[in-house]
Amino acid sequence: MPKKYHIDVQPVANRFPVIGRSGIIDWGEGCLKCAKCVKTECVYGVYKNRSFSTSIMSDTIDEFCKSCFRCVQGCPKRLIHKTINPEWEALGDKLYRPEIISITWEQAATGKIPVSGAGYGGKFSGSGFDSMWTDMSEIVRPTRDGIHGREYISTVVDLGRRLSKLEFDSNGNLLSHVPPSVRIPLPIVFDVFPFGDLSLNVWSAVTSAASKLGTLVFMPYEVAINFPEQSTSIVPLLSAEKAAIYDLGGFKIIELVDGYESGESIAVAKKRYPDVLVSVRMEAKSSPESIRRMLEYNSLKADIIHYVADEGGYEPGVDQGLHIKDVIKEINVGLLKEGLRDQVTVIVSGGIAMAEHVTKAMLCGANLVGVDIPLLIALECRVCRNCRDGLSCPVSISGINPNWGTQRIINLIGAWHNQLLEMMGAMGIREARRLRGERGRVMFMEDLENDTFAQLFSDRIS
Amino acid sequence: MDYRNIWNEIPKPKVERTPSRFGRALGKYTVRVLDSCTDCLKCVAICPQNVFEAKGNRLAPPLDQLCLGPECAKKPNRCVRNCPVDAIRVGANPSSRALGDFRWTPDLLMSVWHMAETGKLPANDLEYRIGASDGGFDKLRLRFPKNPPIPDLDKSKIDTSIPLNKKGDGRFDIVIPIPVYGGGMSFGSISQITMLSRIRAFAAWGSFTCTGEGGYPEALYPFDNHIITQVATGLFGVREETIQRVKIVEFKYAQGAKPGLGGHLLGPKVTEAVARIRETVPGSSLFSPFPFHSVYSVEDHKKHIDWIKAINPNALVSVKVSTPSDVDMVAVGSYYAGAHIVHLDGSYGGTGAAPDVAKKNIAMPIEYAIPKVHNFLVNEGVRDSITLIASGGIRTAFDIVKAIALGADGVVTGTAELVALECVRCHNCESGRGCARGIATTDLELVGLMELGWGTQRIINMLSCWRDQLREILYRLGLRSIRELVGKTEVLAHLDYSQSIPDDDIRSSLV
Repeated sequence: MPKKYHIDVQPVANRFPVIGRSGIIDWGEGCLKCAKCVKTECVYGVYKNRSFSTSIMSDTIDEFCKSCFRCVQGCPKRLIHKTINPEWEALGDKLYRPEIISITWEQAATGKIPVSGAGYGGKFSGSGFDSMWTDMSEIVRPTRDGIHGREYISTVVDLGRRLSKLEFDSNGNLLSHVPPSVRIPLPIVFDVFPFGDLSLNVWSAVTSAASKLGTLVFMPYEVAINFPEQSTSIVPLLSAEKAAIYDLGGFKIIELVDGYESGESIAVAKKRYPDVLVSVRMEAKSSPESIRRMLEYNSLKADIIHYVADEGGYEPGVDQGLHIKDVIKEINVGLLKEGLRDQVTVIVSGGIAMAEHVTKAMLCGANLVGVDIPLLIALECRVCRNCRDGLSCPVSISGINPNWGTQRIINLIGAWHNQLLEMMGAMGIREARRLRGERGRVMFMEDLENDTFAQLFSDRIS
Repeated sequence: MDYRNIWNEIPKPKVERTPSRFGRALGKYTVRVLDSCTDCLKCVAICPQNVFEAKGNRLAPPLDQLCLGPECAKKPNRCVRNCPVDAIRVGANPSSRALGDFRWTPDLLMSVWHMAETGKLPANDLEYRIGASDGGFDKLRLRFPKNPPIPDLDKSKIDTSIPLNKKGDGRFDIVIPIPVYGGGMSFGSISQITMLSRIRAFAAWGSFTCTGEGGYPEALYPFDNHIITQVATGLFGVREETIQRVKIVEFKYAQGAKPGLGGHLLGPKVTEAVARIRETVPGSSLFSPFPFHSVYSVEDHKKHIDWIKAINPNALVSVKVSTPSDVDMVAVGSYYAGAHIVHLDGSYGGTGAAPDVAKKNIAMPIEYAIPKVHNFLVNEGVRDSITLIASGGIRTAFDIVKAIALGADGVVTGTAELVALECVRCHNCESGRGCARGIATTDLELVGLMELGWGTQRIINMLSCWRDQLREILYRLGLRSIRELVGKTEVLAHLDYSQSIPDDDIRSSLV
């Protein structure tokens, strides 16, 4: 029996103090110096264990405090308060909210799937992936005990073209030429970073992580050639001209950017290297023109179509564009209508910010997803984008020890993988390949609204 | 001295002032009395909310959770302007922003604390009806007619009771006086004192509380007639005897907060007492299986129900399920399998411990599930023969009304009672010693933070205020009984579909 896929996580400390959500404010003035100060009774011992770190000029108490408010209530002179940390509130952007950044840091540090008490405290729904819920099959499910179970859930996906039929000769010999394919143990690849204080250290960390996890990392060709021993884990990005002449030996997959000549260069690349898969990188748009181009690439035998949304997960350059989830649905249906869906692999990147987005993107129709910014967050990025403005990185990502970075990324992906297993287990799906386009296992808020509240309220005269 | 053993006693459903057990209660506003105070006690006489009290001939620390805020304080005849030494300061409580979350906002937490302390709604501007989740119940509003349709309707005679057995099959004809009962929270996830506080409070109001998955502690025996035994996938404490002692047995197929997963109790919370009752090993995490490994079809489900019915010939059977897209099929299947109660647990419900990815993403919110199931059962022609109970994020009397108007017969709550016991929604229930405030823990030191009489009274007060609010709402809607409200969606308005909805505040008669 094949060995069960397992990701080795280990606790890896941050280099910088965590920017926490809430801080303690502790007035001294008016203190009664009570015989039994409430601070000595802290269940978590935060006052006892607090320290001042001179390396980062900050008090560690805010990291330990769990906001139980007992000291706030207990001090008879009301001298202790809790505040929301303004630095925390300012983190990130519309997609990478402070809560998401915090939880990504935590997963990168511990490798553990986030578990907490009490019910969900977030918003009812939201934009993008937040307006989707995954389903649970109440009665028809495999025997399963969550991520601790004995039952095997496979997260393997295959990249490459597929034949819709096989042809044999009269002696039973296979006549069909089976296209090359690459199998990876989980449906997540690492995509090119849209920004970042990057250096060879960072690329080395990401590449080692990809290699250890058995997955792939996409990077510019110029960077890829720095890692010849790991070339089978790397997908170099190339322009059409370069693909025609550069040495591509050692790579299993290459990626061409969608452009004027990329159609022809697919055939050129395949002629030079028959066993290499060719991926075409396209902007994730649902326009008829985009769908037409995609179908054209498919007919030119591109193995993979890689759709990339903007950093927020929306159609790049489109005013009030669709979210990637809706783009994937269109593309998936576009291919299904032509009876071509199985022929080509669809990867989706851009806007994949949380583990649940992996599952949701696949349920909308992707074969697998590419993740970019969360990997940087694993390296303590705060999504401030200073690097893009030519300013220095507050957490000096370029200077990381690659081994540290590798384990942080492995931790994050390990935690994501476990969350993928949780969601698949609840759905009753044992094969990640089955997630692709499985719209019956997902509930879109628009549909639930239409079925319920719209029926009740839309004909009302207010 | 008369010794009353409250551990055996069901108290009266009477409101009694029960202040916070932690120093000073948290309120929306903070009232500070500077050291220049001369204890003249003028403020004691002036404050309309009795924020100031005398202790002997000195001023006691102000009860700022009752304060109406700067709008009142700045008035010329109120505390700030009338202090002869200008020693009073009234302002917003800086700590309140850090409390709670979008579903249980600081205002909602403080409103429940106020109700649990006084049995009344807060008089200040605390938002007591909705949270800030920007959807679901928080976007629904109640539409009251301009004038009460039946002006001389006696509020005290408005019927808030609901029947739990609508099958007419000869089993217990249970009618609960309020349309709520306590959801299952296991011994182990919470302490015995928390359990008994809930049980005694609901019993005082003639209702029920479920044991949760963790077994049936002996301390519950005096309250057998008000307890629902839960048969969950862990099967902890499920024996013929615990099924026979009660009037209602609940099958927990799934829990809304983590559908597809069984109960979670992490190692440090499996204390000696918990391990003993669950017959496991202290310190070893418990993850209950999913699903019932004896139920893989609706026929198996009927077999399950028949099993309970055979062991207890009079008890009612409730089936607790989560809210997948086929929840209506599950509900009708349960009906035909012989259940008396179908209990839908929505995705935003509470839990002692669950993976965040499950809490947020799996299954649908209860607001969608209720009308789906209600309408399906109506079309099937069986709606009147089964009791539909909804849970999963029911926080306030307004949520109760909205849930019933959408089609439920009644509701189950859980987190609301914990908030009454002063939960702050810090979400740390599951780890280490458990709840630092002594609610969701069996750690002996932490459990000692709560006294049984205190806990019981806090929940009795909150239920009393809920009952008063339900009566007020029904009065304003011109309904004589809550049963008339089931499925009456005309009383609801939704912010996304209506331009302007009048304010549905009912406080004028209830503070």
